[in-house]
Amino acid sequence: MDKPIIKITELTREFRMGDETVRALRGTDLTISPGEFVTIMGTSGSGKSTLLNILGCLDKPTSGIYELDGISVKNLTKDELAEIRNTKIGFIFQSYNLLARTSAIENVELPLLYNSKESAAERKERAAEALKKVGMESRMYHIPSQLSGGQQQRVAIARSLVNNPVILLADEATGNLDTRTSYEVMQLFQELNDNGITIGFVTHETDIAQFSKRTVVLRDGLITEDKNITERFIAIEELKKLPKTS
Amino acid sequence: MNISNLFKIAWKAILLNKTRTMLTMLGIIIGVASVIAMLAIGEGSKESIKKNISSMGANMITIRPGAGMMGGVRTSDQTSMQSLKLSDYAAIKEQSVLIKNVSPLVNGSGQVISGAYNWPTSIYGASPEYLSIREWNVESGVIFDQSDVNSYAKVAVIGKTIQENLFPNGEDPIGKSIRFNSIPFKIIGVLTEKGENTFGQDQDDIIIAPYTTIQKRILAQNYLQSIVASALSEDQAERAVNEITAILEKTHNIDPSEDNDFNVSSQQEIINTFSSTSEMLTVLLVAIAGISLLVGGIGIMNIMYVSVKERTKEIGLRMAIGAKGKFILMQFLIESVLISVTGGLLGVLLGLITTFIISTFLGWPVSITSFSIILSFIVCTITGVFFGWYPARKASASDPITALRYE
Repeated sequence: MDKPIIKITELTREFRMGDETVRALRGTDLTISPGEFVTIMGTSGSGKSTLLNILGCLDKPTSGIYELDGISVKNLTKDELAEIRNTKIGFIFQSYNLLARTSAIENVELPLLYNSKESAAERKERAAEALKKVGMESRMYHIPSQLSGGQQQRVAIARSLVNNPVILLADEATGNLDTRTSYEVMQLFQELNDNGITIGFVTHETDIAQFSKRTVVLRDGLITEDKNITERFIAIEELKKLPKTS
Repeated sequence: MNISNLFKIAWKAILLNKTRTMLTMLGIIIGVASVIAMLAIGEGSKESIKKNISSMGANMITIRPGAGMMGGVRTSDQTSMQSLKLSDYAAIKEQSVLIKNVSPLVNGSGQVISGAYNWPTSIYGASPEYLSIREWNVESGVIFDQSDVNSYAKVAVIGKTIQENLFPNGEDPIGKSIRFNSIPFKIIGVLTEKGENTFGQDQDDIIIAPYTTIQKRILAQNYLQSIVASALSEDQAERAVNEITAILEKTHNIDPSEDNDFNVSSQQEIINTFSSTSEMLTVLLVAIAGISLLVGGIGIMNIMYVSVKERTKEIGLRMAIGAKGKFILMQFLIESVLISVTGGLLGVLLGLITTFIISTFLGWPVSITSFSIILSFIVCTITGVFFGWYPARKASASDPITALRYE
């Protein structure tokens, strides 16, 4: 088996709220290998956001080990974490988080501005390439307000891809979209995954989880279920089943 | 991460908020423009005083009787006012090596009459060198010479104002006779017109005659009101003042412990006296302008603070995709410096235009120095960094998780 991309052991995360200590994660183990498409599910308060923040190097665990692409994250400084986020992780958010009044291609270029020594022309080329991967090449110069929700999310996905990260982390990426558009976005994720990109996907919608290959269910800070999807949805097929829009 | 990328990001943010940025800049623009205009007015009035005083003869040294002035009041009694004698003039003329010309000066006032016309004026008794000391010229005719001095000749050179008042019909005054306090003088020359001096005195309302004539025939006095001299050059003026002081201390037998009964001053000292007043005014004006610049700076801080708050989510996103805290800090700092520097540039431009308008339409003397431009520009940059620092620091310390959730 390949070297895992994500390996966490006995991970805990506690928050102090006044006198009380909230234990959001209480000893979680999880391994994600290259090429996987994992959904992390759970109700609110289950600790899935905390887990995602730690996986995304936005937060650090209280105890336990987290290795991302062979690097132990525990003792890294804030700046080193920022660098890891920049080079190894692609984030996708529920509310897209695109910069307003900024063209799609400039939004996609953003992560490159913070690290690469590439020229402006190369940056542009890479951003255009990423937009092409998500099927947005014809709308490179549109600003977010000129794009539909699904299109905005595609731009956001392109932005997460532009630095060639080892894993994409999506936080309720279809939460703001209608069923058809959600499925279209899932189709894109499936395509990306088929091309070898590892994906971690947080959602609370069971039908969306069916598009992935493996589901991890969190409950009260512990993983209660970890199973491979047996009857996986194929987005193209599911889209055909949806009622035609007039 | 290279700095040009940060510049690009900051510039983009400014462009996205054009109106707000312009309004913020306005504070800086007005501040800088007023500093420049005020400095230009202050510097202009200082220079105009200097020019006017220098126009009386830049190298001129004046020797007056008495111990000098205290706040404009002579602190000497009647006798010490008569301490300057012709022998002092002779001593300076013989012994001083740092002066070019020297002339005794006596003066009186009275009514000058020619035919049916008369005019109240002052008459000055001087040596023929007096004109070159004052850097004056005769427009027509000649100046009297040493033989006129020796023979107490009743000849005179008159100023333009005298000519206009005594000969209003335009006849040539040369060779005509005028009477001053019933003593007749023959006019041998007319002085070039000089207009008013800084203090509003008409410099053309003057009659100049040999000092011997005035001393003996008009004033009947053996002392001098003053002695004027010109230094070899402006730079030598201070040394010449010291030299003359030493010569006179000797001729007056003054012990080093005693006060002098005379006072030697160069034009520079007079300039300094008057400049200090205008300098005080300049400081006041610039202080007021500086306050408006400060208020402009606080405006930047306010806007940057609001901007950081408003863009919390954006900051969170930037951090999530890999911006380090210091990049965020730099971004906002560059943004505020760009605003203040651009505002500063526009302010300099507006300041120059304002100054031009003031000098053209109000006719005030102005002078723009590169110092004032550089100063206000540096102040601007510092303002940008100083007032941008706190909001930028706040932005860079954001926690990306909280920032991303901010609505």
